Amino acid sequence: MVEMINITKRFPGILANDRVSFSVKAGEIHALLGENGAGKSTLMSILTGLYRPDEGEIRIQGNPVDLQSPRDAVAHGIGMVHQHFKLVKPFTVAENIILGLKGIKEVYNLKSIDESVAQLSREYGLHIQPDSPIWQLSVGEQQRAEIVKILFRGAEILILDEPTAVLTPQEAKDLYKTLRKMADLGKAIIVISHKLSEVLAHTDAITVLRGGRSVGTVRTKETSEMELTRMMVGRPVMLETVKNPVNRSSKVLELHNLSALGNRGQFALKEINLDIYGGEIVGIAGVAGNGQRELAEVVAGLRAIERGQKKVDGNDLTLASPKQMIQAGVSYVPEDRLGTGLVPNLNAMENYLLKGVQKMPSGFINWKQVAQETAEVIKKYDIKVPNPKNPVKMLSGGNLQKLLLGREISGKPRLIVTMYPMRGLDVGAMETIRSLLLQERDRGAAVLLISEELEELFALSDRLAVLHGGEVMGVVDPHKTTFEDVGLMMAGKRMAAHG
Amino acid sequence: MGNGSFSRWHFEKRETTSNLVLVMVPVLSVVIGLIFTGLFIALTGKDPLEVYLLMFDGAFGSAYGISETIVKSIPLLICALGLSIAFRMQLWNIGAEGQLYMGAFGATWAALTFPDWPAYQLLPAMMVAGFLAGGLWGLLPAIPRAYFKVNETITTLLMNYIAILWVDYLVVGPWKDPKSFNFPISPQFTEGAILPTLGTSRIHMGLVFGVVVALLLYIVLNYTRWGFEIRVSGESPAAARYAGMNYVKNILLVMFISGGLAGLAGMTEVSAITQRLQHGISPGYGYSAIIIAWLARLHPAAIVLVSVIFGGMLVGGYSIQTSGFSSTTVSMLQGAILFFVVGGEIFVNYRLVRGEKGGK
Amino acid sequence: MEQSIWLALLSTGVVAGTPILFAALGEILTERAGILNLGVEGMMLVGAVTGFMVTMSTHNQWMGLLMAIVAGGLMALIHAFLSITLRANQVVSGLALTIFGTGLSGFLGKDLIGVPLTDTFKPIPIAGLSEIPWIGDILFKHDALVYISYGLIFILWFFLYRTKTGLELRAVGENPAAADAAGINVFAIRYACVIAGGMLAGAAGAYLSLAYAPSWLENMTAGRGWIAVALVIFGTWNPLRAFLGSFFFGTIDVMGFTMQTIGIQIPSFFLKMLPYIFTIAVLIVVTRETKTRRVASPEALSIPYNREER
Repeated sequence: MVEMINITKRFPGILANDRVSFSVKAGEIHALLGENGAGKSTLMSILTGLYRPDEGEIRIQGNPVDLQSPRDAVAHGIGMVHQHFKLVKPFTVAENIILGLKGIKEVYNLKSIDESVAQLSREYGLHIQPDSPIWQLSVGEQQRAEIVKILFRGAEILILDEPTAVLTPQEAKDLYKTLRKMADLGKAIIVISHKLSEVLAHTDAITVLRGGRSVGTVRTKETSEMELTRMMVGRPVMLETVKNPVNRSSKVLELHNLSALGNRGQFALKEINLDIYGGEIVGIAGVAGNGQRELAEVVAGLRAIERGQKKVDGNDLTLASPKQMIQAGVSYVPEDRLGTGLVPNLNAMENYLLKGVQKMPSGFINWKQVAQETAEVIKKYDIKVPNPKNPVKMLSGGNLQKLLLGREISGKPRLIVTMYPMRGLDVGAMETIRSLLLQERDRGAAVLLISEELEELFALSDRLAVLHGGEVMGVVDPHKTTFEDVGLMMAGKRMAAHG
Repeated sequence: MGNGSFSRWHFEKRETTSNLVLVMVPVLSVVIGLIFTGLFIALTGKDPLEVYLLMFDGAFGSAYGISETIVKSIPLLICALGLSIAFRMQLWNIGAEGQLYMGAFGATWAALTFPDWPAYQLLPAMMVAGFLAGGLWGLLPAIPRAYFKVNETITTLLMNYIAILWVDYLVVGPWKDPKSFNFPISPQFTEGAILPTLGTSRIHMGLVFGVVVALLLYIVLNYTRWGFEIRVSGESPAAARYAGMNYVKNILLVMFISGGLAGLAGMTEVSAITQRLQHGISPGYGYSAIIIAWLARLHPAAIVLVSVIFGGMLVGGYSIQTSGFSSTTVSMLQGAILFFVVGGEIFVNYRLVRGEKGGK
Repeated sequence: MEQSIWLALLSTGVVAGTPILFAALGEILTERAGILNLGVEGMMLVGAVTGFMVTMSTHNQWMGLLMAIVAGGLMALIHAFLSITLRANQVVSGLALTIFGTGLSGFLGKDLIGVPLTDTFKPIPIAGLSEIPWIGDILFKHDALVYISYGLIFILWFFLYRTKTGLELRAVGENPAAADAAGINVFAIRYACVIAGGMLAGAAGAYLSLAYAPSWLENMTAGRGWIAVALVIFGTWNPLRAFLGSFFFGTIDVMGFTMQTIGIQIPSFFLKMLPYIFTIAVLIVVTRETKTRRVASPEALSIPYNREER
């Protein structure tokens, strides 16, 4: 149905796609597998008309096509569900669906559109209310709105970019059921993913990309996890993390009946009770948007506590400012690395100084000393900084994260709060971050690890707390629990605490 | 861009920005601004080159011209330095004009209240009063900005009108000079309220204030914790909060200092130039200062240089009035220059590339 | 007697609010597409002087209005190019437009200061409607442009909330990446809205010099362009609420005269301050309000859109 032949795309300084070939048949669920930065997104942006290839050819049903714009791609029956949904939040589902659609009258009748949207979504078993505004919908519902939107445009080729990243394991299963139904109705489906297990369980064929090139295409039935890993990374990888036995010391962080408001004024955290001891990693699992960010911000002092209590090393810090939290030895690696954790337009030295500047006793900055300390951190963690005087926005994701984490652990913190620390990193950087977090744990620091990757949480955590709707559904021992149980808790089922 | 009609030319991100680009953008902006305004001058049937030469001659062609240029550049310099701190924090204070008027009001209050004080007491008192009055006028819109995110661009601008009306009221009302024959002016200041000048010229001690402030600002921004906080806050408020900096407090402080410096400029004007409070003490110094700060890329040393050029523009503007041009021609020129500076900003981070990426 | 004073106040309030209304409607359109244009004051001034000049030479105030609209649109084109194509800082670009417009209008209008104009827009009471007690006096005894502004409010409202193009326009202001992915030409819509906004600002200026004053004075807008920008926030980007706002500010603007006629002794300077003080006060109140209710500004407002950098 779709063929991409020898596609090459260059960006300044990067060869994003290097003679990539790739084809999908109707009725097939085809996975595009690869690490971050392997060129999956670029390839799909070319197929959806967002970028134009420098070289190569695209054929649809055997005919060469020139996709100059997203509009062209839509006209050729290509539709994509992006990882970050392209929905207009104040609009309703139906309004989002007719946006940019041809054949809609200038003065349109929203009622009749609502009806046809409802009908189409029933056909595919996608439950959605056409007249609800997007901002009121859950992430899963928003994803369904996106799928209905592209089906409404008559898409025959559906592309989904990391569709399960924001879903619970159960929701992910349901999604693949729907996708299978659509494939059976003759659609071609492309799923971009970096999750091996999921791809192995639900797809028909897998194309692996690495470093902008296609490594090969395999039938799902005929391959294994080991083979795919080798194709993705180019070398065998230790999938198991080696971990020293846990050696818990005293309580570092205590949260007692803690509640806090979210950005829209609703309660985002409700009656949270959680203790973290020195020398352990406590993981927080949950679907994004269930209070994780608020939890991290509350601990870092960036969000006000409405009710309840927060203590660090026994000292009540419920009302502490971010500065006081830093002084109490709380480090924070935020989700937004470039923008919050690091300042994009400042250089590595200045970014290293970001928190240390509070400790400059005289109010004057000793740049010589800062330069020296920065150079040490850069060397110690093998951070590739071509020029320490250049803005850090030029650095790659892995180097940014190493600089950020390196700064945060440089002061030997009591507690490290990290949010999605491995997101978007390549395997090498991931391994570094993992071992740094484990080193900090073994040093005696308490680590609060917020993640959406269950594998990562199971591998690193000593205890695992699950958040749903701003509440702790339970705290479990990852060695005595299954993915399925945690998935149920992520969906709102309570479990007795053990561990 | 890659968008239909634009696809042949497009912007490509630069890996690094050379210093040459950083200098050329403002320099070319001035040149193109001159050409652009020249088109309008040509429309009136006059030769733009001749007009510009006349302006240049007026501003830099004689000892008197140069001294007048420096005199005009003093309030521009002090205001622009103040604005540059606010702009660094992405606080769009465009109320320097009003803050200058309030500074003049504060200084005048001191001068009229303690007329018998000697200069070494009265001048500092006027400086403090002027700085405080301008600073408070800058602080007022900063409070709703800091706590409720009320758009400071609109509030600071509207407060200019209020400040000017307030001064107008004073000079026809309570502070009117009884001997003024209905002119809107306050009584003349006593000797102790007047800043010393350089020889017989009108160049006054305000120049020293300006240069000292520029120097201080350079040191504070680059070598102190607070200066670092301002830079971080301007680049990313989220990072500033994250790093434990008090963003709200810094907004208030920066706006107070920004307004205070404009107030200090107002003090120098009434003390050294008009030597009394009167209607229309500023021909828009506060607005020109916005352009100066931007053109100088907020760099203190560059602000000193650009202020002199803009002072010259103002003096040149007066000298072309005799050949039938409105004094507002200068603000047209300044506006045009600002267009090209903001438009040229993209070349700092991008370069214009032809074809290549647009299509095969 | 008392009653007629209040009627006169409200009636002149409508007239004084009309230029602010035109400018605010234009700015609503601009901001709805995600572009902040702080050059309203400058565009109004250029519109005012152009309208005046053209009317002087053609003796046709409609021709003057038309050319003021064209001039406003051309001024806005500069801002559109800077902020959309060159992705310039919209605050500074808008400021530049105001400074440039102030200078340009002074430059063009140097010899027109105080010149009387005979061909102006004069009140035309609408038969029937103007006889309704109170309402007729307040709303329907004005010049043609006031009536046009009434029509514009509803046209703009219908366009924004009931048409496909309006939906696309709002999508561009809320989430340009989503609009782009849906095949909407973000650049074309933004250009069109910024230019249309400038045209309305030009009309607002012409209203000052051809109907309200009617004469030319340097800086005759006296901050009305800025009040219009504030009014957009007050009106929560909704044309219907913008009308209430402009009427309110128009009334405050002329209240000084009324207070003097009924013998309240306040120096005129303080009365002239009222519109500015009220605008600031209202801006603070409304901004606090918009944080709690869900009527925030268009999400992409003043953020340049760059397809390859998301």
